[in-house]
Amino acid sequence: MNTDTTRDLERTTGLAPAISMIGTRAMLFEAPGAFTMASQRRIWALMQAAQDRPDVAELIPGVTNLMLVFTHPPHDPEQVAGWLRHQWATLPERHIRGRLFEVGVRYGGTLGEDLAAVAEHANLSPREVIALHHGNDYTVCAIGSAPGFGYLHGLDPRIATPRKAVPSLNMPAGTVTIGGMQAGISALTGPNGWNSIGYAELSLFDPQRDPPSLFAIGDRIRFYPESIDL
Amino acid sequence: MITILETPPLNTVQDLGRPGYRNLGVGSSGVMDPLALEVGNILLGNARGDACIELQTYPFSIRFDATTSFAITGIDAEITLDGMKILPWSVETAGAGQVLRVGPPTWGARGYVCVAGGIDVPGVLGSRSTQLRGAFGGLDGRPLEAGDTLATGATTRHLSGYGALPPTVAVGDEYDEGEPRTVNLRAIPATDYALFTPDSQQRFWHTPWRITPQSNRVGYRLAGESLRLHHAVELRSYGIVPGIVQVPPAGEPIVQLADANTAGGYPRIATVIEADLWRLAQARIGTRIRFHECTHQQGVAAMQPVAAYLDDLRMMVAHYQKSARCRSGAKAGEKA
Repeated sequence: MNTDTTRDLERTTGLAPAISMIGTRAMLFEAPGAFTMASQRRIWALMQAAQDRPDVAELIPGVTNLMLVFTHPPHDPEQVAGWLRHQWATLPERHIRGRLFEVGVRYGGTLGEDLAAVAEHANLSPREVIALHHGNDYTVCAIGSAPGFGYLHGLDPRIATPRKAVPSLNMPAGTVTIGGMQAGISALTGPNGWNSIGYAELSLFDPQRDPPSLFAIGDRIRFYPESIDL
Repeated sequence: MITILETPPLNTVQDLGRPGYRNLGVGSSGVMDPLALEVGNILLGNARGDACIELQTYPFSIRFDATTSFAITGIDAEITLDGMKILPWSVETAGAGQVLRVGPPTWGARGYVCVAGGIDVPGVLGSRSTQLRGAFGGLDGRPLEAGDTLATGATTRHLSGYGALPPTVAVGDEYDEGEPRTVNLRAIPATDYALFTPDSQQRFWHTPWRITPQSNRVGYRLAGESLRLHHAVELRSYGIVPGIVQVPPAGEPIVQLADANTAGGYPRIATVIEADLWRLAQARIGTRIRFHECTHQQGVAAMQPVAAYLDDLRMMVAHYQKSARCRSGAKAGEKA
């Protein structure tokens, strides 16, 4: 594996990917540099290449990173790391022709109770926040955290809002949210630290459906206002 | 079939887990102590992945509605069948109508009620494990309640009178120095280890951590002197596997376990090796944890004594069942 010094160098220079073991059976590949969709598309390319490795049991794409879970602990992790570095250096971006979901949102009201706080943080009116939120298309970068939850990229930076210091205890599934630079639709009812700005009538995950997750990576989401309650 | 007569909250149907859906946000679930379930399934001649009832709260009692062989693994506790004491880690056969009761553990935290043929609930996404957050798998995606009935898999095996050495005896603990209420766990430095100050790195390995009451199947929150980063970092969401030790801003570590989210964003200092996760599963709230640094090769090698223990047990059980068949065959010629 990398020594701590080279890993630190990689992180600070941001030129080479950082690769680390998580226990004996999982390896994390982190793309260098800031978040870009180009970088995320290279992670998707890397994921596709890794799918063909016989020693890979599960692949978990994150936000500009990829976790490999092996069937057995690799004998020599450095060998796998070398393969990943080579693939990263040579693979082109993978463009996924995802589906387009048009999602109606009931903005504001009790199910979007943080709309005022988001507006205040952005120094905009709630209506301007809503317009900016449905003004862009979003891309599903990764699915994780809860069953079917998609990390959405494409939020207008003007309405990026840090997570709440005190999470909501029982946010309903379907709540349309903003967490930092990311957007989302909550998949499960429960505690949630993201800011709620509205609600969408969607079932993001159903174990009896095939595939069980409504969204897949590369899908695009276009929000539109179904109603606005200020 | 079995009927649940008495159960406090948080007891669920689990098997070895639901791999393959982390990329859709579905965590592994499954028993917290996979070794205890493997032992139970070997003792009963079950398939490796057959399901059991995982106990976290007690007392727990069930009625067998048909003749059923069973074994309780994972814990030491007062276990009775119609009031008669029986031993953990051993196979017994209950007759129809008999009541099994498992009292609070005298050692360990999680008990496993394993039955011949396994607990037969419908598989969801390839597993019978209860996914509590997603509310699916197990029995209707929820903890068991008094009055519930569970089917058991078809089997004709009715055996009793043999058992396994518990793993605490058979596998041992090379770091055990007789310190009471202390669990030793081997761990490998993880992704963000170098981001912690040298003092914090030392503190992680050399001071005891206490398991707080905010500990459950999702993860164990540990208390001790807080760990500090050189400087704050903003991490992007990354995948989580059981055993990963994260350090939130307050500085006290969390060990993520069977019901953990599939993605997280806190710095990772280390990962508890797979061979030691069962020890953590059996550590109760208030127990002290000592982490011992190990390498990848040591972590891999640590699986060897566990595999040898299970192999020996398989041989012993095969031998016992063969001789039992000879005995019963000589008497009545009944089908084994």
